[in-house]
Order: sequence, then C-alpha cells, then structure tokens
Amino acid sequence: MSDSVLPTTAVEISRAVRAGELSARAVLEVHLSAIDAREDEINAFNLVLADEARAAADAVDRIVADGGDPGLLAGVPLAVKDNLCTRGIPTTCSSRILEGWRPPYDATVVSRVAAAGAISVGKTNLDEFAMGSSTENSAFGPTRNPRDTSRVPGGSSGGSAAAVAAGFAPISLGSDTGGSIRQPAALCGVVGVKPTYGLVSRYGLIAFASSLDQVGPFSTTVADSALLLEAIAGHDPLDSTSIPDADTGAARSLLSVLDDGVAGLRVGLVTELMGEGIAPDVAARVRQAAEALAAAGAEVGEVSIPALSYGLSAYYLIAPAEASSNLARYDGVRYGVRVDADTTAEMNTATRTAGFGAEVKRRIMLGTYALSAGYYDAYYGKALKVRTLICRDFAAAYQNFDVLLTPTSPTTAFRFGEKTADPLSMYLNDICTIPTNLAGHPAMSLPFGAGADGMPVGVQLMAPALAEATMFRAAAVLEAAAPDLSEALR
Amino acid sequence: MSPNLTHEPIEGEHYLITSDLTGDVWEIVVGLEVHCELATVTKLFCGCPNMFGDEPNTNVCPVCLGLPGSLPVLNHQVVELAMRLGRALHCSVEPSVFARKNYFYPDMPKDYQVSQFDRPINVDGWLDLPDGTRVGIERAHIEEDTGKNTHAGGSGRIHGADYSLVDYNRAGVPLVEIVGRPHIRHPEQAKVYIDELRAILLATEASDAKMEEGSLRVDANVSVRRVGDPALGRRCEVKNLNSLRSLGRAIEYESRRQVDLLESGETIKQETRHWDEGAGRTRAGRSKEEAEDYRYFQEPDLVPLAPGAEWIAAIDAALPVLPAQRRVDLAAASGVGITETGVVITVQRDLDTLALAAIAAGGDGRRVLTHVEHNLSGEGAVDLDPSLLANLVQLELAGQITATQAKTVLADMVVTGRTPEVIAAELGFEAMDTSELEGIVDGIIADSPDEWEGYCSGDDKRRGKLQGFFVGAVMKATKGQADGKAVNAILDARRSAVS
Amino acid sequence: MSKVALLARLELTDAELDTYTDQLAAIIDHAADVAALDLADVPPTAHPLPIENVLRPDVVAPSLDRDEVLSQAPSVEDRRFRVPAILGEQP
Repeated sequence: MSDSVLPTTAVEISRAVRAGELSARAVLEVHLSAIDAREDEINAFNLVLADEARAAADAVDRIVADGGDPGLLAGVPLAVKDNLCTRGIPTTCSSRILEGWRPPYDATVVSRVAAAGAISVGKTNLDEFAMGSSTENSAFGPTRNPRDTSRVPGGSSGGSAAAVAAGFAPISLGSDTGGSIRQPAALCGVVGVKPTYGLVSRYGLIAFASSLDQVGPFSTTVADSALLLEAIAGHDPLDSTSIPDADTGAARSLLSVLDDGVAGLRVGLVTELMGEGIAPDVAARVRQAAEALAAAGAEVGEVSIPALSYGLSAYYLIAPAEASSNLARYDGVRYGVRVDADTTAEMNTATRTAGFGAEVKRRIMLGTYALSAGYYDAYYGKALKVRTLICRDFAAAYQNFDVLLTPTSPTTAFRFGEKTADPLSMYLNDICTIPTNLAGHPAMSLPFGAGADGMPVGVQLMAPALAEATMFRAAAVLEAAAPDLSEALR
Repeated sequence: MSPNLTHEPIEGEHYLITSDLTGDVWEIVVGLEVHCELATVTKLFCGCPNMFGDEPNTNVCPVCLGLPGSLPVLNHQVVELAMRLGRALHCSVEPSVFARKNYFYPDMPKDYQVSQFDRPINVDGWLDLPDGTRVGIERAHIEEDTGKNTHAGGSGRIHGADYSLVDYNRAGVPLVEIVGRPHIRHPEQAKVYIDELRAILLATEASDAKMEEGSLRVDANVSVRRVGDPALGRRCEVKNLNSLRSLGRAIEYESRRQVDLLESGETIKQETRHWDEGAGRTRAGRSKEEAEDYRYFQEPDLVPLAPGAEWIAAIDAALPVLPAQRRVDLAAASGVGITETGVVITVQRDLDTLALAAIAAGGDGRRVLTHVEHNLSGEGAVDLDPSLLANLVQLELAGQITATQAKTVLADMVVTGRTPEVIAAELGFEAMDTSELEGIVDGIIADSPDEWEGYCSGDDKRRGKLQGFFVGAVMKATKGQADGKAVNAILDARRSAVS
Repeated sequence: MSKVALLARLELTDAELDTYTDQLAAIIDHAADVAALDLADVPPTAHPLPIENVLRPDVVAPSLDRDEVLSQAPSVEDRRFRVPAILGEQP
C-alpha cells in the first residue's frame, strides 16, 4: 500500500486495521519516519519508544490475524504527555527532579488506550510539571511550533500538540489545568479537548492542581478527538473524583452525534473575552466562526459573564496553592533525584532547589504563601468564593445558551523568549481557558483559519458539565466551515 | 522534685499540689488526645493490608507510598467504625470533609497528611468514668497514619543518630483521633479514662487498642492553676507515653514542674514535651527553627462524606452495650451506686452477665458483687453457673455457712461445678452455734491472759494486732469454720464487759 | 518570603528572593481585585463536582513488589528507605 493512500486519521486507521486492510506495523513505520525526519527540529518528545511501539504494533496485527478485535484505537499511533505514568518507562514531567524515574504502574488512561489497541510512540515534552503556556519551562529544552519553529507551540502540553501538528501521530494525550490542552492546540492548529472534570480518570496523571486537572485528546479532526475521548472516558474506581457511568452516558457517545448539526442551537459570544486583551485578528476569526454557526442554523447572541474578569486571579491563587501541596512529595526520599546533605531537612531543600525550575519554584512559593497562616482568608479562601461566582455566572449564561464561543488564546503563537521575562504576561495567555477549569466544564479548541501573521487561530467552544455532545456537534460544523490556513482574513 | 511541694490526695477527683512556700493550692487540668488504629482489613485509602509486624515495605502501593499520580479512595469500613466509635462516645455524626495538613517529614509519603480539620465526622460527645465524672469529647476524626522511622547509628534515639531508615507499611493505616476536653483532674483519672476508652474500643470492635503495639497512642495536654482560678493555665503537650504507668507518672511530673516554674515567678512556655521513662521526667522537644504552619485546605482528591440518617440509625441499632451502661444496669439490679467498687470491677472483669443472672436467680446483689470483687478474678469464673452462685449466697445469708467458708466453697464451685450444698457437706462446713463459738472464744481468752490484758487495755494499734492473734487462734481451734465477724463481735462484747 | 521558602523546603538566593518577591507582589496586586471583593455571603467552591460518599470495600488488593519500589529509591538499607539524620520530632 503506498503512502499516498495511507489513512492519516485515527478513525480511518483503526477501521482499516480492524478490518484487516492495513497492518498496524505499516502505519507505525510511516509515523516513525516522520518522527525521524523532524523530531530533532521540533523536540516534541522526551522519549521516543520505537522498539516498544513496534512490539505493540506487531501484537495488534497478530490479534487481527487471529480473528480478534484489538479495540477502538487499533493500530493508531498515539503520543503520551510525559506527566502520565507509564509503567517501567521513564516519566519525568520534564523536570530534573524526576529524571529517570520509572513508575511501577500505568495511569488508567494509559491502560485504557493500550487496551483499545493504540500504539504509544513516545512521551511528549511539557512545561515542567505542566506549569506554563509555552513549553519553554521544560528542563529538557523547548518544543518548537511545527508551523514556524521560531515560535512556541504553546503549553503546557506543547509536545503533544506539536506531535500531532507535525504528523508524528494522529492523536495524542495531554492534560489541561488552565488551558494546557486547548491553548497549544490553538497555537499549533489542531483540535484539543478538555473534558468535563471527572469524566476522565486522573489516576496516574501526575498532579499539578487536583481540582482543575483533566486529561484530554489532541487530534487533527473532531471525529478523532471524539474517538479518543470515548476510549478514555468513564468511571474509574481508583479516582474518587471520577463521575459514575450512570451520569456520563451522553458525554461518552460522541461519534454518533457528530453529524447532528446545530439547527436551533443557541450559541453565545462572551463579551468579556472579545474585547480588550484579545488580538483583533483572533477576534475576527471568532466572529467568522459565529457566522458559520449561524449559517448552519444556530441562534447566535452575545452574553456577559462578569465573574470572568476575576478568573485569572482566582486561578493563580487556587492552582499554585494545590500545586505547592502536590509537589511537596518530591523530597528526595523515595524516588527521583537526591542531593545529599547531613540532615534530611537539608537534603530535602538541596534536592528541591536543584531539581525544580524557576517557574515551578515561583508557583510553589506563591501557593505556599496563599495558604499560609494569616493569608488564607484573604487569598485562597476568597479565590474559592470567586470560583462560586464563576460557576453561578456560567449557570446563568447556560439558561439562555447551549454553547459559548470565545477565542482560545488572546494571540497566535508568539516567539521564543517573548514572554518569559514577565510571568504575568505569560499568565495572561490563559484568560480565555481558565474559567472552564474553575467551573469544571468541558471546552475544546479547533483551528479556524490563520491570524495576520499566518499562524493558526483557535476558537474555543464551551458547554455545561457533561454536555460534550452539544459541544462536539458545534465543533463538527465549525470544522467543515473552517477556512484554510492560507486563506487571508477578510 | 521541689521540696516545697506536697501532694495531698483528696477524696474524689482532685489531685492537689500544695506549696509549702506560699501555701497556695494548685489543681491540675488534663486533656487527653488519643489516636486509635482502626481494626480494618485494609488501609484508609488503598487495598494494602492493615497489618502490624510484616516485613518492611511489603504492604505498599502507589497510593500509600504517595507515588506521583496516585489518588486516595476512602475505605467504607473506616467510616463504619469511625461512626460506631463516635456514637459510642455520644458524638453527633456530621457531614464532613477531608483536609491536607502540610509539613515535611520522611515518614510522610506525600509530605502532607490527609486528616479532617474544620468539619470532622464526630463532634461534641462524652465519656462517663466509673467515678461518675463525665469527660467531654470535643471531636473524633479520621486521619491517616504515617510510616515508621528507625533511627540508626548514634544512640538509637533520634537525637544523635547518623541516619534513619523508613518503612511505609504503616503509612495510610486508618486512625481515629479522639480529642478529649480538659475535664480530667487526677493522674489516676487519666488512666481510668484510657481504660474506659479501651473497653469501648474493644466492645465496638473498632480497634484492638494495644498501647504496646502502637494501636492506641496517648498524648496528654497538661496545665495547672490555683484552686478557685477559673482561667486555664498555659498547657504543654506531653508525648511518648507508651504505657498507663508512664501516663500517670508523666502527668504528675509535668504538673509539678509547671507549679514549680509558676511559683518561682516564671511563665510556662507552650510547647511539646517528651516523656523520658528512664529519667522519669519530661523534656522540651528539640526547638524548631520555624513554628509549623500546616496550611490546612480541603483535600481536592476526595469528595465530602455525608453518611445520612439511615446509616447512622443502623450504627445505633447495632451498638453493643457499653461499659457505662453495663455499670448502670448492674448497679440498678444490685441496689447499689454506679461508682461502687464492686460494680466497677465486675464490669471490668466481664462478669456482669454472670452477676445479673445470679441476682435474677435470687442471689442478694451486694453479696454477689462482693464475691465477684474479692473471690472471682481467675480463670473459669465466667463459666460459673449463675444459679450456683445465687444458691451459695442464699446459704450464706441464711447463716448456714460463714463468709470465709463461702469463699472456699466458691473456689471449688468454679473448678468442679458442684452445688454449694454438696461441697459444704463434703468439707464439713456447717453453721457454728453462737454459744458453741462463745465457748471457744472464752476458752482462748482464758488460755492467753497476758494477750487478753493487752487487748483490753492497749492502744488501738496494739489492740488491732492482738485481735488478729485471737481471731487466728479461734480459726485454728474451729478449723476455719468460725465466722470472722462473729468472733470479732464476741471479743468486743467481752472487752466491753471488762471495762 | 524567606519563611515561605523554609516551609516549602526551597533555598533561594537573595537575588532570587528579591525577584520572586517582586513577581509575587505583581501577581498578588493583580489578585487584589479578588481580595477587595466583599464575598461574605458567598460560599466557597472547593470542588467543581457535586459528588459525595465515594467509598470502596474493605478488601485487599495486590501491593507493589518491594524490589520494584526500592529499585527506584535514591538510597536503600535493610529493605528500607535510607535518609540522613532527622532533626526534630514528628509534629
């Protein structure tokens, strides 16, 4: 079978492999070649798993040869963000402190994709411990945007986004705490989904901010994200914050609704996220997307969500606070790097000082401060109340709208070093994505044309908790209507 | 210990320290914090075995090791036992949440402990002591245990060690921390509180409560104040109390240390102190550079716990009869007060079922209790047929056998299970005629004129000694069949007749 | 700030402390709008999920293989994790 007819999407690959029309091994080799060709330039991976992948692909082919069904993702190459535990395979969170650590267990999502026949091709690069919006905070060097290697791919799941954008794998797994799937998806021009909090198991996802983290898919098509999400979603008894299956049926049946269209769907453009702070070319694309939905039969209106203006501040108190606690375990005692000293306390300090990068230290300091005696009520305590306001405002908005439409990122991909001097300017990248993490709602980014600089623009769809189906219906329409990257702004 | 302080125990609860220097009288105020390991099969948040004594680091998993990416899931049985314990302590069971207590220590896999902070599962209960005191229980909450450090090198104790070795088998074992209000006023009372708590833990099967194995750990908050002063003094927390004896000794030492300081014009530093059993004193904990700031916040990896009225009702319905209630029941049946030693000891020895049955079978309550207290502490007592005990007591009260004889018969009954009539007959016990007894007593008085003279005219001490001589002689002459009380009565009567 | 660093077991140079203090101040300033709000009547949301009472049965599940666990440890002695001298008692 020649390369030109080789399917490139997960949906097509798995169908063909399961039908015996295509060997998983052949698919894999094509992708390994792509990795070979550009990985040095892109640096999407911390670790490429060529041998393991070949063995896995051969195993899938054997199952098919024996008349069995390898699963929903049969033979589909998949990249895994390096903050998901993979048994016996180094999992570093792109941090020196976990360099070389081999977890003795698999994350639930990793087990599920393997059980579905997917072929893991490698562990992807990220901002250290998922803290960042550009992947410049990785201890192992930044990942480069495949569309323009002088620019960042976004973060923190920069490696997973770039891997898909560069054709290294049709799908990849990332994690999203304040936009870490959606923002890099937008900057790289791919699809990225943050599911409803609790829809996908967090067991084995190395925690950043526990009440905000979710694992989600990257893909080149909406259908592929639906496929991957169906494979990983669902209750996990090992995760207390995992929603029971009885409540998530609709959210896990996405492929079947993709063609349902948007007739009568009420779409809201969020006022607070279309004005100051958003680059004009990005805003223009969002309006264009709104028009496309209207043309397909949706009712488009505007909605104000006042509490959103406090979202950034609340997030940058809650997330670092939880992170400061989640990262305390990296103390050099049981695993990871250790810098020796005479006493345990000194050893802890020396290890953490040497092992953590600047951004991680900054957030640990911020989080520790926000929780400390005398400051709890003013900062962390208040932020939890702001969270309530945001939830209430969303609830009010969803009284009158079914999905909300916003930019994903205020700008297109910026250049390396552009925002590293001032952390606050980096944090502002997240203003569109943070609110849904705080509310626990689903959101996704899909490519919708290019900005003034020719770089991809992503538009974001948001929906109420467990309303993934509605969100994906709108996404499918937007996908069909999306302008080419080469098409200039009107 | 300061020579200026004397301790005068006063009847009842109070333990008072009097200063010779100033004449001030101080009382002690003690609140106990008790950690109990719950008797579940598995740990609090994972399926690792909850076992004491296994090979190090064999009962560990990603969750209890706190490996990156791991998450906790709450054990149903922990909630059941925690609620059972809470209700046994008359607490109110409330909807609760878990919280993280953040600090660094190598026996803590996550460098935070999952506990309950501002919304614990059990609040506002109490515990009634045998002496009638009601000790308030502020809260009884769920938390996870830490691993165990072994200190190597140096002296083997933590100070001066070269390094430490950590075993995480115990990490994640479920604990309930019971916080008692400062209602205890006597070192003995503190020990009784622990005994009572242990009895409740065993009765509810919530814990095996062994101080020596660490499944029951006690810390004492001790402060002092002048009698009559309504304000509480500044307290110190005393740790490393590995036995009831240590608990009592430590409270005594610490309270006097504090009085000493305050009497010399100094103030008490609020600190944690450690009990040194060998030296018999408390020592200040190693001074830390920073005061700990635990930065409590709600545990985001766990969801709230709201057991609901149905579950609580089921727990209440299944609660066993607790020691305090058993004392009430036994006291009522025997017509005595609940603080009577006989009542307390009978329940302590788990012989109240026997006693109640014996009373129901017609035995006099007081006599039954006396027998249990003084004569039934050994093996086999619990299997004694209660009707036999009732029978024995009836014979006693009918005057057919003496109290001393009854003791012998009872011992035989426990072993052989024969009726008291049969045993008494076999041993040749029978009631001694009063005039026959008088005759024997008079005979002995006649044979021992010097002793008799000393008995009649001597001081109390001398008389007491000689009384023993005469009673002993009578017992010998009657081969133990005389009733001690009757002999004493006759001796008294004879003496009065002389003077 | 140096107290915060101590609580977090981080050693920062004076330069770093200064930088962090400034940066954190900027972020805290930005968060001042939050601090200034009167939210007395608003309950906190610690969690986006309305789930309660997630419990598991008291049944043993397999533990990890000790060798696999200890193989990842920086220092091991006598089947335990070895650490340098511990000053101070468990709080």
